[in-house]
Amino acid sequence: MNVIVIIATFICVVGLSTIFSLLYRGVDRKLVAHMQGRVGPPVVQPFRDVRKLLMKENIIPDGAISWLFTAAPFICLITSALLLFYIPLFGQEALLGGYGDAILVIYLLILPSLALVLAGFASSSPYATVGAQREMVIMMSYELPLAITVVSLAWRIGRVADNPFMFSTIAESPIWSLVGPLGTIGSLILLFALLVVTTGEAGKVPFDIAEAETEIAGGLLVEYSGRNLCLFYLADIIKTFALASLVVALFIPYNLSPLVGIGAPVLAGIVDGLFFLVKAFAVMLISISVIRTAVARFKISQASWVYIIAMTLISLFGLILLSVDLMVS
Amino acid sequence: MKAFKRALWVYHLNTGSCNGCDIEILAVLTPRYDVERFGIMLVGSPRHADVLLVTGPVVKQMVPRVKRIYEQTPDPKLVVVVGSCGIEGGVFYESYSLAGPVDQIIPVDVYVPGCPPRPEAIIEAVVKAWVKLEKAEQGVR
Ligand code: SF4
Repeated sequence: MNVIVIIATFICVVGLSTIFSLLYRGVDRKLVAHMQGRVGPPVVQPFRDVRKLLMKENIIPDGAISWLFTAAPFICLITSALLLFYIPLFGQEALLGGYGDAILVIYLLILPSLALVLAGFASSSPYATVGAQREMVIMMSYELPLAITVVSLAWRIGRVADNPFMFSTIAESPIWSLVGPLGTIGSLILLFALLVVTTGEAGKVPFDIAEAETEIAGGLLVEYSGRNLCLFYLADIIKTFALASLVVALFIPYNLSPLVGIGAPVLAGIVDGLFFLVKAFAVMLISISVIRTAVARFKISQASWVYIIAMTLISLFGLILLSVDLMVS
Repeated sequence: MKAFKRALWVYHLNTGSCNGCDIEILAVLTPRYDVERFGIMLVGSPRHADVLLVTGPVVKQMVPRVKRIYEQTPDPKLVVVVGSCGIEGGVFYESYSLAGPVDQIIPVDVYVPGCPPRPEAIIEAVVKAWVKLEKAEQGVR
């Protein structure tokens, strides 16, 4: 009986998150279109795309390593969905929050990208190979600023609490309540670095060099069609949602219900859930939609430079500000 | 085949056109015409496409490639020929390097005449294409 309840909860979380992430993608496309002075597709467009992709023929090219080519989309989707269990969603504790922390999430974040790289190499198309190499380069580039950001945050929180990498600890003592003015600036800088990392991690313009439709024809995904493409499409959407929730969990882990004084658990849950959606939307608006409209695609060397040099330096600066703040106070 | 309604992905294939039609296809994406509001998207790979937009007469060099791209597109698929060139040769009629209009190489579903056709005409052709897909599906059942 208990097992059934647990499985049902897992399915509920994945289902809800998928629906909301698809909606977010629709809203994102609509917003970008409006920013560019177009009308844009309706918000439900991603649902239509998914439904259509499921109806299409699923081709496995002759030259491809067929088992890997077929397995990669599943690995990508499953690992993206795994993220949803370890990151707090809808204002609630993470489902497996007791078993994994921010470090684990950073590791898990690599897996969907690795699956994409596998897919690229397995499809035996020169475009896909180029795309896979680029994906690897960009993956290695954003790791460093991402790690620095998360570790500095946990280091500061670790001064006042045990287990600083647990999301529950981060939610109990948010960074903003610990630091003075200098530290606030430092945290804002870290937040900025994390937002830029989110863009690259989600593989969106200006860091979508691995897919780059206009130059390498869809890159990694060039040989994929039908159901397999649909799985990648879903995985990408879910991963974007998970990334936004990660930023929310690390930097804005506040809940609305204690503030407005709602005690009833169900009502509080609904209010917190809605508030979470607003927060996640704000993160996506900044790190996906606005950046996507404002800038053009980088070259791979430039993108790598942005992460390895610029973002690393910026996040280190944030860390220095945090430690100076600690010394001053 | 309701699924294709308002979610058509289009691949643009140039078989030797003068680039006039291609520019009109790009115009379809601009804020003025904005086909994305109908869910029509230009994709970079024939594997992702539902509709092939073919421009230009087929030059001899392109024949095997056109066939290959047609086969690479997953079913169900449609071919739309944009421009007079692809329909009967247009200004390149009976040129020494041509292998013939598009419909002698691959099956064509919708023709858009014009040199080049207006963007509205191209949008209408794609709309017609999905109506045809739906009808085909009903015929099968
Ligand atoms: S139909 Fe006219 S505009 Fe189009 S490719 Fe032919 S010559 Fe160029």
